[in-house]
Amino acid sequence: MIHFVLLISRQGKVRLTKWYSPHTQKERTKVIRELSGMILSRGPKLCNFLEWRGLKVVYKRYASLYFCMCVDADDNELETLEIIHHFVEILDRYFGNVCELDLIFNFHKAYYILDEVLIAGELQETSKKSVARVIAAQDTLIEHAKEQSSSLSNIIAQATK
Amino acid sequence: MALSGMRGLSVFISDVRNCQNKEQEGVRVDKELANIRTRFKNEKGLSVYEKKKYVWKMLYIYMLGYDVDFGHMETVALISAPKYAEKQVGYIVTSCLLNENHDFLRLVINTVRNDIIGRNETFQCLALTMVGNVGGREFSESLAPDVQKLLISNSCRPLVRKKAALCLLRLYRKNPDVVNIDGWSERMVQLLDERDLGVLTAVMSLLVALVANNPEAYWNCVPKCVRTLERLTRGHDIPQEYTYYGIPSPWLQVKTMRVLQYFPAIDDPSIRKSLLDVLQRILLHTDVVKNVNKNNASHAVLFEALALVMHLDAEKEMMSQCVVLLGKFISVREPNIRYLGLENMTRMLLVADVAESIKKHQSQIIISLKDPDISIRRRSLDLLYGMCDVSNAKEIVEELLQYLTTADFGIREELALKAAILAEKFAPDLSWYVDVILQLIEKAGDFVSDEIWYRVVFFVTNNDDLQAYAAEKARGYLDKPAVHETMVKVAGYLLGEYSHLLARRPGCSPKEIFHIINGKFPGVTTPTKAILLSACVKIMMHCQPPNKELVEQVVAVFKRYECSVDAEVQQRAVEFLALSRKGLAMVDIMAEMPKFPERQSALLKKAEDTDGDAAEISATKMRLQQQNSTALVVRDPVPNNGGLHPLSLSKAADSGRHQEQAAESEPPQASGAVPPSESQVYSNGTTLQQAPRAGSREPSGDLLVDLMGPLAIEAPPSAASTSPSDLLALEAPPSAPPAAAIAPGDNLALALLDEAPTQVQPLRNVAEWFKELSMKDSGVLYEDPYVQIGLKAEWRNAQGRMVLFVGNKHTGPLTNLRSSILPPPHLRMQSAAVPNTIPPRAQVQVPVDVACIRASRETAVLDFSYSVGHTPVNITVRLPTLLNKFLQVAPVSANEFVARWRALGGPPTKLQEVVRGVRPMPLAQMADLFIRLHVGVAPGLDPNVNNIVAATTFYSGTAATLCLVRVETDPSDRTQMRLTVASEEPNLTYELKELIKEHVMDIPFASQRTQVATPSAMGLTGPAAALAGLI
Repeated sequence: MIHFVLLISRQGKVRLTKWYSPHTQKERTKVIRELSGMILSRGPKLCNFLEWRGLKVVYKRYASLYFCMCVDADDNELETLEIIHHFVEILDRYFGNVCELDLIFNFHKAYYILDEVLIAGELQETSKKSVARVIAAQDTLIEHAKEQSSSLSNIIAQATK
Repeated sequence: MALSGMRGLSVFISDVRNCQNKEQEGVRVDKELANIRTRFKNEKGLSVYEKKKYVWKMLYIYMLGYDVDFGHMETVALISAPKYAEKQVGYIVTSCLLNENHDFLRLVINTVRNDIIGRNETFQCLALTMVGNVGGREFSESLAPDVQKLLISNSCRPLVRKKAALCLLRLYRKNPDVVNIDGWSERMVQLLDERDLGVLTAVMSLLVALVANNPEAYWNCVPKCVRTLERLTRGHDIPQEYTYYGIPSPWLQVKTMRVLQYFPAIDDPSIRKSLLDVLQRILLHTDVVKNVNKNNASHAVLFEALALVMHLDAEKEMMSQCVVLLGKFISVREPNIRYLGLENMTRMLLVADVAESIKKHQSQIIISLKDPDISIRRRSLDLLYGMCDVSNAKEIVEELLQYLTTADFGIREELALKAAILAEKFAPDLSWYVDVILQLIEKAGDFVSDEIWYRVVFFVTNNDDLQAYAAEKARGYLDKPAVHETMVKVAGYLLGEYSHLLARRPGCSPKEIFHIINGKFPGVTTPTKAILLSACVKIMMHCQPPNKELVEQVVAVFKRYECSVDAEVQQRAVEFLALSRKGLAMVDIMAEMPKFPERQSALLKKAEDTDGDAAEISATKMRLQQQNSTALVVRDPVPNNGGLHPLSLSKAADSGRHQEQAAESEPPQASGAVPPSESQVYSNGTTLQQAPRAGSREPSGDLLVDLMGPLAIEAPPSAASTSPSDLLALEAPPSAPPAAAIAPGDNLALALLDEAPTQVQPLRNVAEWFKELSMKDSGVLYEDPYVQIGLKAEWRNAQGRMVLFVGNKHTGPLTNLRSSILPPPHLRMQSAAVPNTIPPRAQVQVPVDVACIRASRETAVLDFSYSVGHTPVNITVRLPTLLNKFLQVAPVSANEFVARWRALGGPPTKLQEVVRGVRPMPLAQMADLFIRLHVGVAPGLDPNVNNIVAATTFYSGTAATLCLVRVETDPSDRTQMRLTVASEEPNLTYELKELIKEHVMDIPFASQRTQVATPSAMGLTGPAAALAGLI
């Protein structure tokens, strides 16, 4: 299973974290610091796997972002590598040529999308089309809610507060 | 930016991005946190938009690595909101911010359940996702049946069902009992017929976990899995959207093959055949293509197929096909494939008889040992380690040694250890082994643990023809500048024992050897000095006829250390000095070390124990453990005894414990080895001083036992004519420590012989710990030399949660752990399972939930057992689930108290008793005792200053009962008092009264249970009180 997902920029800034096995805040910070140090310092032509604390970190760099997933030592590494790519393709399709800035300002969307790709550290949906449909439906629901909140009664409520 | 749709959030993110440095960012973030905090605190009517905005900001700040320790309630509260937009934010942020153990999650279980069983599909999805990502055990207990229903429902859409499958997987991981229902394997078979590949993928993930835990129960799934795999590999009937770069769902293929690997064997011939056909196709038809992703996906499938072929132990032809493939992979340039090739080759070694064909690739594997990528170097090292045998050991070990000089720090430790193990395991001849280890110490001394050089000593001692060779080698190494201290130790030892064999060679006269050794004293630590001192005395002894000049020089060294602050060094110096005056008589005492009995290498033993992961017992880790162990048990220095410095005793505290322990529990065994009379113990000590003393400096007992221990038994008694005990008793200089003072050191060696004593005793009286815990909520519950069980508890009304911290103090793993809790009838208790094994120096936590149903003073019992080595240990201790844990101080006014007091007329709701044998204590102390029992004292309520009036509330189930207590004391006789307890419940009144009695009476705790009054004592209360009145 995937224990956690990390998106780190080349400068070591965290762009997304998702933990599927319990870690306290302290452990999370420590893990991120340790791993970003190890991964960012690796050269470009090395393999995409890193053995770490009895687990394996599978990572791949896309432009300025490193996508990392930590799996059990006996999990299939290439499979995980392609889960990363699958996730990237879905992001790409949603944002239209995704770049780091999209993920910074829309980090919440990245979380919605990740939740449609992974649950409990396992791959949930392998069809990009199907994920895209679900996300589009969610966006409609939220747009709908936004329209309601900008309705007259709400503006009055805000003003009289 | 426009997409974000929340201007405030975008502005904040830009601000943070525009910060020039970390300080500025910190200031901006703190400002925002303060803002959010005040908004949450002060403004009740935050709009939906604002709430969402703030919660997202919190997540962003949290992601940046700042602590966000507030606002969790607001976040969780959004889950209960009626609208999708709020609910979504609530669910997503909650599952990111909180982990499964967070209390707030428990608060929303009901809301989540309502969403799951509700009709709104989008809400169902949100709830299932959240539970799937952070659901803990409580969720598992309350939601599993509902999630199961969704998974097998015909009316739910695939979207909901695939989420339900993975959600159930999470719940199953938290509590495997959730699918222990009849017919669930049938359900799984039906689910494998699923048409929707998304659902099927999720179901397959669930099945992997189920089969991994219990393959027997899911045999009936095998045919369906094989059929699914056939369908996928043939690409029959696969919708376009489920192909990935033209490959039919590679993930589903991998998972299906994973499931099949968890079944022990597939015996049905037709199923096996079709499966092997599929695998054969994968092996033959996976080609290398240009597109990276397609290549990765197809190779993911290929490697999984390889693993399955190995697992099935297929025909020889197919296996050799696999080896050929792997051989191809380990020579490609693509690093991922090479890494996986090496990894799978190592796995293959474990399952199949392919060692010979793998050996053909040895040179290629050695090339990978020098790869720039550490991941690949590790795999290569592992593989070389695995494939090493007598035929290629020399070559491989020499390769490893050569690499050691250039290897980077990250891998050196593992490398050194593996080289040492291989050298020992497959040495073609022992002189080669000695060469290798000495080289190893020279090149990576920091990583060579004591066990490794003990082993060298072992072999050299037991092989006469090796001794001169080893001594010569040792001499050569000591000549070099900047020698590692471990080298000084081993060379010092070898030269002391065997340098006389070299005496005729140039540069090896006793004098010259002594000069070399003498030159090493300034730069080494005290344990090494002790070894060198012994070497000196041996050299002197072997120099026959005595060379006057040499004797003077050696004696000068002893004199130099006669006043050393280190007890061990001092003791040796003083003893040797005394012995050196004995002339020829010394020859017998200082005779060569006897041969060791054959024994398994500690190194190999540990390597086996640690599940093949040899790096676990690496030298640095060992050192760390030793440090820990001294830190853990440092105790008050033992009073200065004779010439011994107190520091030395407290330093060896850990060993001291063993010794104490053994002395308490099994003196007969220790005396079985050596009669315990002081003089004999001491005489023995003198004969074996060379080694075990050196060892006794190491706090870790095991090392000592393994190499040096047997000497205590095996060492031949020294010549009767010149018993050293006589010698010392008569002639020891006044500064020499008296024999009694040394005895602990020797006892220690003896006690340690029995590494796992037949009867492990707690370090203190268990009842005392229990008594402390009856008043406190955290502390030690139990401790013996191997295990410590600590306890931390939180109590709220009728509920409680205890966490048992089970820590392994030992340097080996504790195995066969079992724990069960026997709750008394009035408590409901539930505890998590303990793992079967605790690795050395590790701790596991076992949460236990407690709920109280009615009042009783009975406590739960923890039945705990483990094995250390092969010795099982069984512990039964009481858990402090006492009545007073469910009490809470109740503030009552005077009027209220009096009214209640009156209303509760007499027995059985109000009981009175004159308690005798009270531990005399001032009133203030008694009041303090009451407060610690959670019985609140109300000062001033009773006009009589010698009385205490108190009130408390007892919680059970959903009820809360007020209890009133009155104590009347007699200032002239503090050993008695009159105790009155009242509550609406007769049972509670009685139990509380007894509880207070237990705590005020002066009863030895262990026998307390027998003192518990039988119900008939209730009847006595009246007359006794009347009697007290008369007096």
